[in-house]
Amino acid sequence: MSQLKEKLLSSFIAFEEQKNIDSYVHGIRTKAIKKFEKEGFPTKKMEAWKYTSLKKTLNYDYKLFPTATEALEFKDIKDFLIDDIESYKIIFVDGKYCSHLSETTHDGMDICILSSALSQSKYDLVIENYFDKISKKDGITSLNTAFSSEGSYIHIPKNVQVDKPIQIVYFSTGKNESVLYQPRNLIVVDENSHVEIIERHQSLSSNSILVNSVSEIYCNQRSIVQHYKIQDDNRNASLIDNTFISQQRNSDYTLHTFSFGGELTRNNLSIFQNGERIESTIKGITIIGENQHVDHNTLIHHKKPNCNSYQDYKGIFGENSVGVFNGQVLVEKEAQKTNAFQANNNILISDKATINTKPQLEIFADDVKCSHGCTVGQLDKNALFYLRSRGIPEKEATALLMFGFANKVLSSVSIPEVKTRINNIIAKKLGVKIGFDI
Amino acid sequence: MLKIKNLHAKIEDKGILKGINLEIKAGEIHAIMGPNGSGKSTLASVITGKEEYEVTEGEILFENEDLEEVSPEERAHKGIFMSFQYPIEIPGITTTNFIKTAINETRKARGENDMPAKDMLKMLREKCDLLDIDQKFLSRSINDGFSGGEKKRNEIFQMAMLEPKLAILDETDSGLDIDALKIVANGVNKLKSQENAVLVITHYQRLLDYIVPDYVHVLFDGKIVKSGTKDLAHELEKKGYDWIKEEVNK
Repeated sequence: MSQLKEKLLSSFIAFEEQKNIDSYVHGIRTKAIKKFEKEGFPTKKMEAWKYTSLKKTLNYDYKLFPTATEALEFKDIKDFLIDDIESYKIIFVDGKYCSHLSETTHDGMDICILSSALSQSKYDLVIENYFDKISKKDGITSLNTAFSSEGSYIHIPKNVQVDKPIQIVYFSTGKNESVLYQPRNLIVVDENSHVEIIERHQSLSSNSILVNSVSEIYCNQRSIVQHYKIQDDNRNASLIDNTFISQQRNSDYTLHTFSFGGELTRNNLSIFQNGERIESTIKGITIIGENQHVDHNTLIHHKKPNCNSYQDYKGIFGENSVGVFNGQVLVEKEAQKTNAFQANNNILISDKATINTKPQLEIFADDVKCSHGCTVGQLDKNALFYLRSRGIPEKEATALLMFGFANKVLSSVSIPEVKTRINNIIAKKLGVKIGFDI
Repeated sequence: MLKIKNLHAKIEDKGILKGINLEIKAGEIHAIMGPNGSGKSTLASVITGKEEYEVTEGEILFENEDLEEVSPEERAHKGIFMSFQYPIEIPGITTTNFIKTAINETRKARGENDMPAKDMLKMLREKCDLLDIDQKFLSRSINDGFSGGEKKRNEIFQMAMLEPKLAILDETDSGLDIDALKIVANGVNKLKSQENAVLVITHYQRLLDYIVPDYVHVLFDGKIVKSGTKDLAHELEKKGYDWIKEEVNK
């Protein structure tokens, strides 16, 4: 048994002792730790983890509960927020909710934290209806469930247009220690409501940080959820993001994942369509370089007729970076008139970079439109010459071409300030100072 | 302005230019005509610095500076522009963004500040008017889904924005109907001054009715085999290129 696994199992008892044994969640946690004990961490022997090894990532001597934490001021975190818009903010520092940096509400909706939802009886019904209902029961998700105690809790009742986006940001300061975090988000959007969510994990530490995050998102009838994941963490940080979305009829869920930073990033994304006329859109831009690894593992499960899904992931891989795209689309027999589109386009800008792309369509209905396409290529030399012949230097011309390639994914971003921020991150990432206005 | 001396160039192992001599002075319009495969487009690409071509002999001087070690972008900064025979489609980048970047990078290379946004907008508007271009066209991706004529008009629009010293028009007339041809030619003529020069590369004499050259050169098998005035273009139109071939082979 790996040292980390052993450490996790032995610290579970101490962790649970601090919690309310009679609570509903206690039973779930106890089951989950047993599941983790049995399944352990994923290995490359498993088909879904064939191209992503956690071996190095799991080898650090992680603290499970940070001991030294640093107080942060707004100025310390400003750069990691979309700070030029009004927003709700749920900010965590070293696993603890940080009220002076946050802006939460209970006015007509709950935008707050999971620890309070788990400990107050008025939330019991929501917790019992939604907590751990759609999350996968594999080793890595079960591990999070076993230790789940803090994260964001968002409940938007019906007919509410949330007036401003919600930013959920997890900071780690990790002075002199490596830390493993297990944040847990529960987001329930009721009938006919609309919300925008921006999510980010950010290490401010030079030590190794591993985040194993689980989010459950429920989009009830006719709700609209726009979700953004900004993954631009520092090079010592790794992230395993497990996000599960359950959609009811006529709901519309859109996710944009921007993966630029971090050492290892694994996105496990599952969408379950449980009603008719559902729209699910997932898009991603990945731009990575030296010693970086980003793996997108997506599932769209079409269970009912007349639904659409749209996937568009673009990747640009430099140096010895490794990209993985594994996109599973499952169309059940009942899901007639499904329209499922999937595209994964990649550019390798270095001979040493690798991309493993694997579309996986399993279709049991006979009246459906499903398409997928993946491409792996290099930058178009003629286009590069064209730009250079107009006076744009090679580096900037290359950046413009890459930006143009990824731009289709950005065009559907609903918050202009997010778009601007991503443009700036891309320009910085590509080492140029030109603007990418759209 | 441009002096080409005994220029030889090849692509992969195929020699295409086999000793070109050409001098273009400020204020002049030159035309290069010739049959398919004679090396016309290669000459344009070599002057603009396309890296697939290798200069094996001879030299290109622009304002007395040897261009051998000069990158395509630096050539552009010095004032060389080529209107592409086949303009490239680049999805995801708007024409405005492209042209702004091109202008400001050029200014930066010349040690100037970025063009103020107000001036840029004014210039964009003026040049659109000059070439009868709808401004909406600027917010579309570069040449993406454009018709042949729109692409060529976009090339001349870029030329108008960049104000080059030497403009090379590579088969700008192909794909243009007569109305578009007139607009494009009119644009080029309005931009023409005693300080700049134009090199028109064309297959047909048609464009030269509108952009009237001071000199016409016939390129054949990688060499300029005949030079003359605009009358030479008319003669070629009448007699075809076989006449040149026969003369060369004599």
